[in-house]
Amino acid sequence: MKKSYILIALVVLLAGAGVVSELATFMDGRLAYESPQAIDHEAPTPRELALQEQAAEATKEAQEQPYVEEKYREFPVIGSRVAVWMAAQLHLLFAAFVLAVPIFALIIELIGYKTGDKRYDDLAYEFTKLLSTAFSFTATLGALLTFLLIALYPHFMNYLMHVFSPTFLPYVLLFFLEAVFLYSYYYGWHAFSKRVHLCLGLGLNLVGTAIMFIANAWLTFMMTPAGVAASGARISTWEAVTNYTWMPINIHRMIANVAFGGSVAAAYAAFQFLKAKTPEERAHYDWMGYIGNFVAIAALLPLPFAGYWLASEIYAFSQTMGLTMMGGAFSWLFIIQAILIGNLFLAANYYLWLGMGRIEGAERFRSYIKYLLIVITGCFLVWATPRSILATVDEVQAMGGSSHPALGFLGVMSAKNTAVNILILTTYISFLLYRRSGRIPTVKWAKAGNAVQFAIFALAATTVLFFGIYGYFVEAAVRIKFSVPQVGSVLAAMILVTVIDIFLLRGAKETETRWGQISNTSQYVLIFLAVTFTWLMGLMGYVRSGLRQHWHVYGVIRDTSPDAFTPTLGFATKVVSVTVLIFFAFLGVVFWLASLGGKHGKPEVAVEALDGGDV
Amino acid sequence: MMNLAVVLPVLAVLIGIRFAKPSMLGWVTAWWLAAWVVLDFGFAVPVPKTVVKEFMGIISLALAAYVTSDPQRWREVREPTTAFLTERKFLPLLVLVTLAIPAAVAASIYFDMTAPAQAPIFGRTVHPAPPATLTVHEVTHDMQTLDNPYRKLEASDPAAFAVHVEAGRKIYYENCFYCHGDLMQGGGMFAHALNPIPTNFQDSGTIAMLQESFLFWRVSKGGPGLPEEGGPWMSAMPAWENFLTEEEIWEVILFLYDFTEQRPRALHVASGGEGH
Repeated sequence: MKKSYILIALVVLLAGAGVVSELATFMDGRLAYESPQAIDHEAPTPRELALQEQAAEATKEAQEQPYVEEKYREFPVIGSRVAVWMAAQLHLLFAAFVLAVPIFALIIELIGYKTGDKRYDDLAYEFTKLLSTAFSFTATLGALLTFLLIALYPHFMNYLMHVFSPTFLPYVLLFFLEAVFLYSYYYGWHAFSKRVHLCLGLGLNLVGTAIMFIANAWLTFMMTPAGVAASGARISTWEAVTNYTWMPINIHRMIANVAFGGSVAAAYAAFQFLKAKTPEERAHYDWMGYIGNFVAIAALLPLPFAGYWLASEIYAFSQTMGLTMMGGAFSWLFIIQAILIGNLFLAANYYLWLGMGRIEGAERFRSYIKYLLIVITGCFLVWATPRSILATVDEVQAMGGSSHPALGFLGVMSAKNTAVNILILTTYISFLLYRRSGRIPTVKWAKAGNAVQFAIFALAATTVLFFGIYGYFVEAAVRIKFSVPQVGSVLAAMILVTVIDIFLLRGAKETETRWGQISNTSQYVLIFLAVTFTWLMGLMGYVRSGLRQHWHVYGVIRDTSPDAFTPTLGFATKVVSVTVLIFFAFLGVVFWLASLGGKHGKPEVAVEALDGGDV
Repeated sequence: MMNLAVVLPVLAVLIGIRFAKPSMLGWVTAWWLAAWVVLDFGFAVPVPKTVVKEFMGIISLALAAYVTSDPQRWREVREPTTAFLTERKFLPLLVLVTLAIPAAVAASIYFDMTAPAQAPIFGRTVHPAPPATLTVHEVTHDMQTLDNPYRKLEASDPAAFAVHVEAGRKIYYENCFYCHGDLMQGGGMFAHALNPIPTNFQDSGTIAMLQESFLFWRVSKGGPGLPEEGGPWMSAMPAWENFLTEEEIWEVILFLYDFTEQRPRALHVASGGEGH
């Protein structure tokens, strides 16, 4: 038995030795085959020689080629223009929000400071909470835009730097200062004394406005260049900055930013209202949404006037550009604009009417709603009436041209100006009724006061209608000037009626406002308003920029890129829509992050405390 | 302007319904239908379908806002609608409506497909954008400052002005009226062969909106001189610089305004315009 074990062990040992020896031989062969020393001794094949020669030639060619400056580079799939367009629009939307919120946050904080009402201070803080993430988005998107511009339009950017290089350093310094002010304003809310904090808010607003003014100089110069020779050579940077449309754009953007920022803040409140679980939360966010919407509509009312000023300056700068805008290819976009703004006014009024449901005693004004609605719808229809109608050949033959013999009268500026002024006046009346809903005047002269207010409205409406109709009988140069008394009478009426109302409602008997007791529909209206404002900004931004057509700098630097054509209206609206969708996706992140920050500090305001919290 | 045979009966029906005191749903439906009938059939010259659709969209929104802005009104519309959709007694009618919707869509497609072929809808631009400078008979003009050289005679020397207007009348009736018509309404004897038809100068939205330099550009360069932007253009207007002198073009422009009793848009004196 023992012998057999020894035999087996010997066989296994021998077999093992054999395997090891085979493996060692195999590995030695492998290693020798792959060894560099072994290859070195082999002569290169003809193919390898050819490849080496080719590589050497390519290296030589690369070394010898001259430096050629690229004029344009192509962005994959969507093209350079759309890439820059979307990045610029997204940057601008966030920038508008970041500039707007501090304006009304500061005003609300100041109201809280002056009245000693903590609710306003809390509300201002809640608005400011949205800022820090939005500021980061603005900066990131601004960097993206800059890199895209430098990468895709290097030659043109070089030219802009030639004209505007002195403005870059102040811009960067101001941007740095804005970061300092913004973060100290937000994080120092409860750390500094109220006066110091208000000064920080003021600094934030001043610096933010200065930044916008500088950036506006660059883009308005592209539209209405000044301070350069016909060849494009710089004569004066200051003149280039203070070009024809610079101040109209500054004013228009500042007002529009507030309207937009208010609507986005209201949408945030609506978002929070819809997911609120307690009556306190609903009450708080209902009130916040109301204030945000109030800010948006208050800024929307003067916006058309600023828009007219801008348009008139564009026309004055260049008849060609003016006609392209109002009578040419871009005029169709103004019909879309009219529909969007009409929707804004309708939705804003609708929100106020829904809001009357939470005020005790508002029933007495309900019967007026239908008359207000008829006027608003009538004005909306007039504003949206195209002068030059999309029609079939048969329809054109029947009309005797591209405008309708009856409706054509509503398509001209006299009718549009009249409609927008009456629309503004009617929206103001809606607001006034809402304001009156919860208050019953107790002063002795209440009846007389009401009669005077009514007379002022009637006088303003008559003035607007008179100049609207008279405008058909005078030449264009005179007609344009009629917008001044029309606008003036509406603004004067709003100011006078407000002043009377303040005195009229002194010591008024107040009824209960049941904050939070409003339908969810109203909150969707707030979100609709924010989306419509955003879409409108995208659309009008395209109009302003697209007006240059095949020019980078109008009349000075021609666009010779493959994108130097005006896209179809359908394509342009699709780009705007996709940009708006991306913006709201980003905004969702901002809202989510803001709500994370508030999880430990839910609104402490009781429902009762909000009673009468109104503007 | 309005087709009274349609508008008056619609008004009468609405007043009749008012006295019948219908439900909110009935009242809103009646208003919607009345608006549609007036827009589609109530005008002597039919309103193009694109505008009817746009207006009906706005009116539908307004009616929806009216109904839903008051809880009671909304209940008055919602409850019968819910009952119609859920109660057994309405089942036959519901089936009919359910079938009628796809049938209406099918009918609409059928009529669209079997309609006689037409040229596609053309978004005609009324005022093409003029160039910054204009060269006529080898003289280059700045469009921003170009004005009718005879316009100032209107105040300073009315007799001389009248002579130029009269010369313009002669030029118009020798050259232009074949298309633009003897009343300048765009209805000349050749107009019926043109698409789009010539511009109606009597319309306050045409020459009254424009500076005379714009007309000078359009008359001298005609259809071939329309800009690349905003195209494709469809204009049979000849380039009249090939047939008329510069003086004659200005004179015919004077006559256009004189005959239609319109005033040209004043020259925009822009301090710093085209400021580069």
